[in-house]
Amino acid sequence: MRNTFVAALTELAERNPNLWLLCGDLGFSVLEHFASRIPERYVNVGVAEQNMAGVAAGIALSGKTVFIYSIGNFSTFRCLEQLRNDVCYHGADVKVVSVGAGFAYGSQGYTHHAIEDVAVMSALPGMEVFVPCDPHEVRTITTAIATSGRPSYLRLSRSGEPVLAGSEAWEPRTPRVLRQGRDVVILASGPIASACLEAAEVLASEMAVGVVSAACLKPLDEGFVRELAGEARAIVTVEEHIARGGLYAAVATCLAAARGRPPVFGLAIPEVAGKISTAGDRDALLARAGLSAAAIAQRIRNAIGGL
Amino acid sequence: MSNTPDVAEFARRIRGHTLRMVHAANASHIGGCLSMADILAVLYARILKNDPARPTDPDRDRFILSKGHATAILYAALAERGFFPVAELATYCKDGSKLTGHISHGVPGVEVSTGSLGHGLPIAVGMAMASKADRRANRIFCVMSDGECDEGSNWEAILFAPHHKLDNLVAVVDFNKLQSFGRVSEVLALEPFADKWRAFGWHAVEIDGHDLERLATTFESVPQARGKPTVVIAHTIKGRGVSFMEDRLEWHYKSPNAAQLAQALAEVGA
Repeated sequence: MRNTFVAALTELAERNPNLWLLCGDLGFSVLEHFASRIPERYVNVGVAEQNMAGVAAGIALSGKTVFIYSIGNFSTFRCLEQLRNDVCYHGADVKVVSVGAGFAYGSQGYTHHAIEDVAVMSALPGMEVFVPCDPHEVRTITTAIATSGRPSYLRLSRSGEPVLAGSEAWEPRTPRVLRQGRDVVILASGPIASACLEAAEVLASEMAVGVVSAACLKPLDEGFVRELAGEARAIVTVEEHIARGGLYAAVATCLAAARGRPPVFGLAIPEVAGKISTAGDRDALLARAGLSAAAIAQRIRNAIGGL
Repeated sequence: MSNTPDVAEFARRIRGHTLRMVHAANASHIGGCLSMADILAVLYARILKNDPARPTDPDRDRFILSKGHATAILYAALAERGFFPVAELATYCKDGSKLTGHISHGVPGVEVSTGSLGHGLPIAVGMAMASKADRRANRIFCVMSDGECDEGSNWEAILFAPHHKLDNLVAVVDFNKLQSFGRVSEVLALEPFADKWRAFGWHAVEIDGHDLERLATTFESVPQARGKPTVVIAHTIKGRGVSFMEDRLEWHYKSPNAAQLAQALAEVGA
């Protein structure tokens, strides 16, 4: 995902002389591709995210498009007030890019687990929020936000995520159907969509499970979500994030008042208050959070069985 | 300096507007407005190349008020400079007015909204960087308070600007020695202040922030050191011009009553 992002951004910057990339001294072996080709519009600001966000706003208010890049919590929480006041309040053309979504940094521990970032970024006025599930979506979304003229949040995982099969013609602010199925529809955000596809396959003999990538959490395509819900027995959201303020909250809010709607089940990372994180790679941590493919399948089975 | 009388008149007028505005709105921050009145007068009457008729001219000088609470006097300066009618100053902080209590970019001539401290300088640094990249000859001025130099975000920017040789950037510290809860020296000491900036790579100048001629010659001569951003540490007096407000902490908060307003206006000659 990271490499796809940088490759796409570099192509865009080669055509757009007003496109800049700032990083907070992170991106080793990733950002060099951009830095070596467009050194005059690449700035490693150092380990100083508040300044990075403020500088980005200043450059953007001078007529540029600025991407800022760091690890999940650093490009969001560390400079949150700068994003709120300097970027969003001014409608500055700044794109916040984070890497290491959810448990992508595995054993690195809690400081590196970006699991509340979507909620906080979604709360900022005018901030579009994108959580792509595969490199295909990363490229499409990067291209779209580079010309949107408004603030965006782009949440990336790390590397090696597979390209998932799905609808070809796809508009980045519309959910992308990865697998047809109308009994139960899973709305997933991020690379955990691939585990959802596995879960759908596990359940195939029991029910027809559709999987849809909801890469654009804000603005959520509410018409699309309501249409999905129209025929399904249940909607299930799956996200590598806490449920509060994430995909579940967005979908449940969208459907709450819909007449005759199906129930909405949210599978998400539990809040970790008071728990010390232990080591483990992404798969292990997801399994512990009940978000392995097998666990997702079983939880859907349980939910449907209870209807 | 031939223009000094005009600058002095400008300073007198914006002090008068500000006193009336703060009184009418029962607002705070008159002390920090009056301490930078002379700085603003020199900038707006003499230095800044920003034409109210062309507010989005990319070559305009930028002025960023980072001490966004001291807002009445900047609105007064912008009105006097022709960015909007002086009569509109009477709406300051009133229901529905554009003129909010912390500086708003909804007001003609205001580049950015601030109010939370430690935001202005990084933004100004970004603007200076963009101007350099576009090979523009404009300059970026950022007026900061002394108290906000407690903010770490400022020191990130102070470290950054010389590294990128932003000699089109001028930080002006309104060093009135009083912050929100007491004397700067007692709350969190800044001294040796100029040495700190110099150690970070800035060209630092210390001047009397109420000496109009010295302010003008200093601003005119920037950059004095090629490749270095400039900081003007302007030694000022909080509440300057009104005897009972000068160097008094409570005028960070209080609003003059009718009798105090009359005396203050008489003292500033407005």
